Amino acid sequence: MIEHFFITVGDYFIFLKKVFSKPDKWNIFFKKLIFEMDAMGVGSMLIVSIVSLAMGSVITMQTAMQIESSWIPSWTVGFVSRTSIVMELCPTIISLLLVGNLGSRITAEIGSMRVTEQIDALEVMGINPASYLVLPKIVASVIVNPVLIIFSIFFAIVGGYATIAMTGCVTTYDFMDGLTYCFRVYDVVYALVKTFFFAFVMSSVASFYGYKIDGGALELGKANTQGIVVSSFIILILNVLITQIML
Amino acid sequence: MIELNNVSKFFGDKQVLFDINTEFIEGKVNLIIGRSGSGKTVLMKCLVGLLSPEEGTVLYNNRNFHHLASAEQQKLRAEMGMVFQGSALFDSMTIHENVMFPLDMFTNLSNEEKLDRVNFCLQRVDLENVNRLYPAELSGGMKKRAAIARAIACNPKYLFCDEPNSGLDPKTSLVIDELIIDITHEFGITTVVNTHDLNSVITIGETISFIYEGHLEWRGDKDNVLTSDNENLNNFIFAQPLTQRLRQTL
Repeated sequence: MIEHFFITVGDYFIFLKKVFSKPDKWNIFFKKLIFEMDAMGVGSMLIVSIVSLAMGSVITMQTAMQIESSWIPSWTVGFVSRTSIVMELCPTIISLLLVGNLGSRITAEIGSMRVTEQIDALEVMGINPASYLVLPKIVASVIVNPVLIIFSIFFAIVGGYATIAMTGCVTTYDFMDGLTYCFRVYDVVYALVKTFFFAFVMSSVASFYGYKIDGGALELGKANTQGIVVSSFIILILNVLITQIML
Repeated sequence: MIELNNVSKFFGDKQVLFDINTEFIEGKVNLIIGRSGSGKTVLMKCLVGLLSPEEGTVLYNNRNFHHLASAEQQKLRAEMGMVFQGSALFDSMTIHENVMFPLDMFTNLSNEEKLDRVNFCLQRVDLENVNRLYPAELSGGMKKRAAIARAIACNPKYLFCDEPNSGLDPKTSLVIDELIIDITHEFGITTVVNTHDLNSVITIGETISFIYEGHLEWRGDKDNVLTSDNENLNNFIFAQPLTQRLRQTL
């Protein structure tokens, strides 16, 4: 078990070395990068916005319910909601959501190319398949995921605001006051740094599990599950480490 | 010409190829035949560099493929075209894009020149009006022809076909066989074909290497494959009732 763990980690870093080699043709790399950014960004926008709206709404309601006390100022609802949304909920929960959405897509795409010998075909042509297929996905995800998180934060706050406006548990003025109270740009930087690392883990681990498939459809399903579980696990550990380092 | 000298391949403790010595001649269709699991595909993967043999050498016009620097290997690979058993067309690309792909990657041709070359290759394999279709929209035979078109797009010196007739009906198999032999002669390519299709053996086998349980058991051509006295080869060739009846008439 331990030996298998170290072999897998070693294979992962050897795979990364292959991925981060100079692309055979830069114009084709940029074409693929644009395609991947479009597929990842536009393709995930709907699910990210729906989940963020719901998440913002729920966290605002829960916060309002927990601090119903005349001793606590009512702007606290907006302040706590904003802090939770910006620092933890959006970067971590949405990144985990993207592991399931984009990560599984990447594993399935690369894995099915492996199973149907398309990766062998690239190799016989003299193309580095790891770099050709995976590098644009990793670069696209580390560019697109932070942008998605910014949108996610926006939608979560809109969700919270809408909830406050509809339920009237605190005034929208107090909520807005709390949202802007003691706002630090560093919190957003912290969220984006986390997202950058999470995006790298998601795309590289998902690609690795797809790339190393040896077998057929059964292996593909297994690799997909493994990719999601391992990425999520690493993201949770990184979350703790980055928080410890940055805060 | 491609020469194999004492090629052996192991997977862990299991040896799957034993001291293979053979050569594949330029401008001819060279067949590797044998039963399923005999080591044909492993041998072809060693030829194209998808696997490295533990012992022996693979020489492409005296260039030892597995000992070349990676840049040299890449150059040599640009001289190869390969048709995989399942066609291995890129399913996210149209047929046009599939054939265009090696031209985009390895040539500095203008768009017009590339377009001309793609159309020429597709016409050469009798595939027209399918440029905008995706591989999933084609029949098995059409996919094989599209794969051949992609393989010849960059004027390869070496063409490798792994079981090009598998899954095809006898008539379509004939079309593919004819295409392979025509292209080989027309462009002077060194073609290596893995097959266990008996019709291919007796129609396009200009040289034949018979692999039996990882050993090179017999070497010859289509003219003497039916009259060999090698028992394992005869058991392979005359395995079916139809060929057994043919043997009685010989």
